[in-house]
Amino acid sequence: MAKLESKIPSGPLADKWRKHKAEIKLVNPANKRKYEIIVVGAGLAGASAAATLSELGYKVKCFVFHDSPRRAHSIAAQGGINAAKNYQNDGDSVFRLFYDTIKGGDYRSREANVHRLAEVSVNIIDQCAAQGVPFAREYGGLLANRSFGGAQVSRTFYARGQTGQQLLLGAYSALMKMAGQGAVEIFPNEEMSDLVIVDGQAKGIITRNLNTGEVRRWSADAVVLATGGYGNVFNLSTYARGSNATAIWRAYRRGACFANPCYTQIHPTCIPVSGDYQSKLTLMSESLRNDGRIWVPKKKEDCKKDPAQIAEEDRDYYLERIYPSFGNLAPRDVSSRAAKRMCDEGRGVGETGLGVYLDFADAISRFGEAGVRERYGNLFDIYHEITNENAYKTPMRIFPAVHYTMGGLWVDYNLMSNVPGLFVLGEANFSDHGANRLGASALMQGLGDGYFVIPYTIGDYLASQKPGSRPKTDRPEFSQAEDNVRGISKRLLAIDGKEPVAHFHKRLGKILWDGCGMARTKASLEKALQEIPALREEFWKNLKVPGSADNLNQALERANRVADFLELGELLCLDALEREESCGGHFREEHQYPDGECKRDDENFAHVAAWEFQGEGKKPLRNTEPLNYETVKMSVRSYK
Amino acid sequence: MVAESSTSTISVTLRVWRQDGPDKPGRFVVYKATDLSPNMSLLEMLDVVNNELESKGQDPIAFAHDCREGICGTCSMVIDGKPHGPHKGVATCQTYMRSFADGAVITLEPFRAKPFPVIKDLITDRSAFDKIQQAGGFISVRTGAAPDANSIPVPKDAADLAMDAAACIGCGACVAACKNASAMLFVSAKVGQYSLLPQGQPERDRRVLAMVASMDDLGFGNCTNQYECSAACPKLISHDFIARMNRDYLAASFRQALSPKSAAASGGA
Ligand SMILES: Cc1cc2nc3c(=O)[nH]c(=O)nc-3n(C[C@H](O)[C@H](O)[C@H](O)COP(=O)(O)OP(=O)(O)OC[C@H]3O[C@@H](n4cnc5c(N)ncnc54)[C@H](O)[C@@H]3O)c2cc1C
Ligand code: FES
Repeated sequence: MAKLESKIPSGPLADKWRKHKAEIKLVNPANKRKYEIIVVGAGLAGASAAATLSELGYKVKCFVFHDSPRRAHSIAAQGGINAAKNYQNDGDSVFRLFYDTIKGGDYRSREANVHRLAEVSVNIIDQCAAQGVPFAREYGGLLANRSFGGAQVSRTFYARGQTGQQLLLGAYSALMKMAGQGAVEIFPNEEMSDLVIVDGQAKGIITRNLNTGEVRRWSADAVVLATGGYGNVFNLSTYARGSNATAIWRAYRRGACFANPCYTQIHPTCIPVSGDYQSKLTLMSESLRNDGRIWVPKKKEDCKKDPAQIAEEDRDYYLERIYPSFGNLAPRDVSSRAAKRMCDEGRGVGETGLGVYLDFADAISRFGEAGVRERYGNLFDIYHEITNENAYKTPMRIFPAVHYTMGGLWVDYNLMSNVPGLFVLGEANFSDHGANRLGASALMQGLGDGYFVIPYTIGDYLASQKPGSRPKTDRPEFSQAEDNVRGISKRLLAIDGKEPVAHFHKRLGKILWDGCGMARTKASLEKALQEIPALREEFWKNLKVPGSADNLNQALERANRVADFLELGELLCLDALEREESCGGHFREEHQYPDGECKRDDENFAHVAAWEFQGEGKKPLRNTEPLNYETVKMSVRSYK
Repeated sequence: MVAESSTSTISVTLRVWRQDGPDKPGRFVVYKATDLSPNMSLLEMLDVVNNELESKGQDPIAFAHDCREGICGTCSMVIDGKPHGPHKGVATCQTYMRSFADGAVITLEPFRAKPFPVIKDLITDRSAFDKIQQAGGFISVRTGAAPDANSIPVPKDAADLAMDAAACIGCGACVAACKNASAMLFVSAKVGQYSLLPQGQPERDRRVLAMVASMDDLGFGNCTNQYECSAACPKLISHDFIARMNRDYLAASFRQALSPKSAAASGGA
């Protein structure tokens, strides 16, 4: 049984972080250079952490599977980043951002973590502006804001529709500065394939170089994983194709607990699927909901009509109707499920009937086409490229798609997993978004973790480690882990079946989308739990991976990742099955109010479920960490 | 406007550059791709071809890609002689099969430039770009040392223009399109972004000198004002930034030669 000690500091909520920083152990400046830290990942979380830790004097090695740190999936974030600056004077505050995030997460996150996130949000904007991130500005030269779902204040900072790109390039520039000084060593094309644990503590990793196939051992005093989310377990998602779960999954198999795997976010505004060849689903930023209005025809028989031919009174602006106070800016989980309900009723649009309209006609009559173009031009262009439709003239068609994973490796308040020395940041951990993440909060969390949390909290662990005590890589733990990595590739290559990797990934995605997608039932989950192990068995019998492990082999890369997804998918369903309630992105049809909203069960499920690996073929152990709400009262989440 | 119907499919012939490794010889290999939806992306078409190759136990065509929405800069192909293909302002991953006629022959090659050696097939090594960034592509601001973000106003025009430059995705098409393999557009975009912002001023001279020196050291060629770079840029970054950088470079060189230096100043990186 894993020990899950949250290490939440005592005292009033607003003082916890300040108090904690004052009380945790520090490493003195002369000793810092004696510690080596491995950072896996250079997205917002990893790049900000690696840069900052090296500025402090630690020796840092940073590994990415991409060919450059600048290509991390964070680059694709469009809409913006939240911060409680209250520059708009519209009533925002640290407490309000905290409260919105807690409520947005459907009361399934830790109060203390979320409050800290809201506190550091203001420093993030300062840091990024100083780095030269070209945020949108008003004519007076001050920073501009927009609104995002789940909030009634305007607190989202943005750089056109490329906020993630600009924030990532800011963090990347800081990382490049430190790399130029030799303070960080960067290893591109280097995929972490196993975690090495020595005497119960994380002390190294094994990597496989994707260009050469070389497998290498690395030791360190601490290991930081910032490897992003696992949404590609569904195959089709808004993630970059390469995003994968291998780092965290293999850490899980080494004993790190996996928290709330079933909390996945389905984003309401994505371009619908068009065919079987589809490789990804493209997000249309939530910011579009500031000015776009979502509707479906009132009458089923209108669904195939040209939308221009459907009279105003025959349109159902269902979000405005059902959630009058938040309207088109209702949170993601709520909006996605509403879209699903409309399509289930037979009122979906487009060829497949799996789509709703996002209409800009009103916005265009208000600001003109040029005004709309200035705000959202690049998104309209993307939409046009993909669908060949002009959204200035006809409404966009959108449908929900897998977008983000709130679950991830369990961490304590210091962002350390239950394996001492293993820290987890950004989307890879479970910490701040509960059962549903609000828009523009992932960028905030990634940078908060990397710039402002880990630089303090890692010291608390390192201070307990003797400088220079990290193990040598000739220890048996390293050779065992290396053998494991080589063994997996070898077994994959040896199967010599008939089907390519993509075949299995597609089928896994379909099983999960049907069984554990926007709505889940006991029956659908039990079915998926039958199908996944069967598919896994078939994979290990009938997969075909050509080539060898000794050079660049993209089929082998994908096979390794899909092998992990085939295990993770099962855990996702198991978690969803055992969480007998609905909350945020986890909607169990059995648990709903008559109006179709989520029905939580605070008495039995106000806890984090942290799954612990028990060995091959054995059911993992479900540990729990109770969620104690000291400040906010858990209540029914309403956006009406 | 209605999307082209997905029921009428097309077939194409591919001529693909295959090369086993950096020092191996390469050659074109021909593949047929049939029954393709025009709404499929070029990369999705390659996925289909690769799935067939894999199930037959043959080595799939190696190509670089990740986001598949034109922002990460990973994809990089010369399509029918043009980096990122026939359309202006899009990356390889945003090229759709509806751009090709039924029966078309499509030639796919890697970016070709000396500083970008081929790793395999259509994948090249573009790590030289990271090295240029390390030389000076940053504003030095230690984490935690920043003033309040609104304490330094930035005129909207400057911020907008800086954003135009900052939109660079670091794909290297500019280098691949240039007969001299010059990286001027890439470097000038970074230099331009920072020199437009008040935050970038203290290191302005040093940055442009260091980045240009690094670019030269890495074997990128000179700019001879052909502007193939901005024509191939998937983000349509303007070559005006090159002119701007040339002015910055000249001014910085003068200032460096003439300005008095404190004897106590430390070197530092
Ligand atoms: C299309 C899209 C739009 C979004 N828009 C917004 C938005 O507007 N606002 C917002 O707040 N959030 C947004 N998000 C969410 C947000 O972008 C992500 O949650 C966040 O960027 C994740 O950052 P990260 O640093 O945790 O991970 P990532 O950026 O995914 O980085 C992961 C890093 O880990 C490395 N890595 C992974 N596995 C390994 C391994 N095994 N070995 C070596 N390296 C490895 C990768 O190379 C990469 O460097 C969006 C997400 C998507 C998909
Ligand atoms: S794959 Fe990211 S830009 Fe093309």
